[in-house]
Amino acid sequence: MNRSLRRAPSASTGRVRAASKSLGGTKNRRIAHLKRVAIVPAYNEEQTIAKVIKDLKAEGFVVLVINDSSADATAAVARKAGATVYSHPINRGLGGALGTGFAAALANDADILVTVDADGQHLARDARRVADTVASGYDAVIGSRLIGTETEGMPFVRKAGNRVLNILTYLLFGVRCSDTQSGLRGFSRAGAQKISIRTNRMEVSSEIIKEIGRNKLRTTEIPIKAIYTDYSLRKGQRTLNGIRIMGQLFWQKLTR
Amino acid sequence: MALFVQALVIIFAAFALSRAVLRLKGGELTFNQFFFWAALWIVAIIVAVSPDLLVRASTTLGIGRGVDLALYASIIILFYLNFKLLVRLDNIEQQITTLARNIALRKK
Repeated sequence: MNRSLRRAPSASTGRVRAASKSLGGTKNRRIAHLKRVAIVPAYNEEQTIAKVIKDLKAEGFVVLVINDSSADATAAVARKAGATVYSHPINRGLGGALGTGFAAALANDADILVTVDADGQHLARDARRVADTVASGYDAVIGSRLIGTETEGMPFVRKAGNRVLNILTYLLFGVRCSDTQSGLRGFSRAGAQKISIRTNRMEVSSEIIKEIGRNKLRTTEIPIKAIYTDYSLRKGQRTLNGIRIMGQLFWQKLTR
Repeated sequence: MALFVQALVIIFAAFALSRAVLRLKGGELTFNQFFFWAALWIVAIIVAVSPDLLVRASTTLGIGRGVDLALYASIIILFYLNFKLLVRLDNIEQQITTLARNIALRKK
């Protein structure tokens, strides 16, 4: 139980919101100079990435885009929108890109690291709330699409699939988390340094949760809103992928 | 017929053994790897030369026929090799990612 995520007060109780509001005054000044870096792994996202970057910059993030060998103009568009772009020479998958993002952000002296999807399904406002929560004293913060009142919009199959993966993640790694597959997560510098990413593809999301458990990071979740457009649904995980991830979880458990 | 199969097994095993020796000489196999393959093929040759040994071993183990023992053993060996291969593949994937990462970090 002590390894389970401490659930932050959900939006309905208003405590998280109250906490981010109370960041004004002296505390805010202390937190304001913390360098916030957004890590955006991107593979063929030229349509959506410019807006994602601009919104994040508007919320005070330094934006690092990890271009995972996109075939389209993702890198050029991202650079034009004001991001620093790191390009993989060959496609390595989400896990590979996130690992590169962590390394790049740490090399860029990030104090707070937030991972954000490039398909536009996350609000920059939520990314800021995740960063604020990290700043308030956590090593890892998961933006959960499945707590609070903001779950509408996620298709049923996806909700059910997420549940199954959450239960499996708990059984295998002993970490309770309501949304293990969420792409919006925040880390303190110390927390990020402890996380070692080995998997290359989508199963990285579960691996990060595993690492949180292994290192006993001080962790919480806050409710976020996920915007499901036809575009992001097409780009996201397919149901079949969930089955693949399950297999990978067992493999991780077996070989490490 | 049995003689034909025996001859076939011996010829193939001898051929595989010679490959293993060549690869050891060429430095493509470590000594441990060579030992594994050499042992495997030598056992195959011994069994082909005198199938009685296999029958005796299988009765000792309580398995009905000698061929069944050979079959079980090969399945176990194949599973083991498959697992080793998967682990190796996992490592190679990891190394490629590290390489891609370092290239990406060097020239942004």
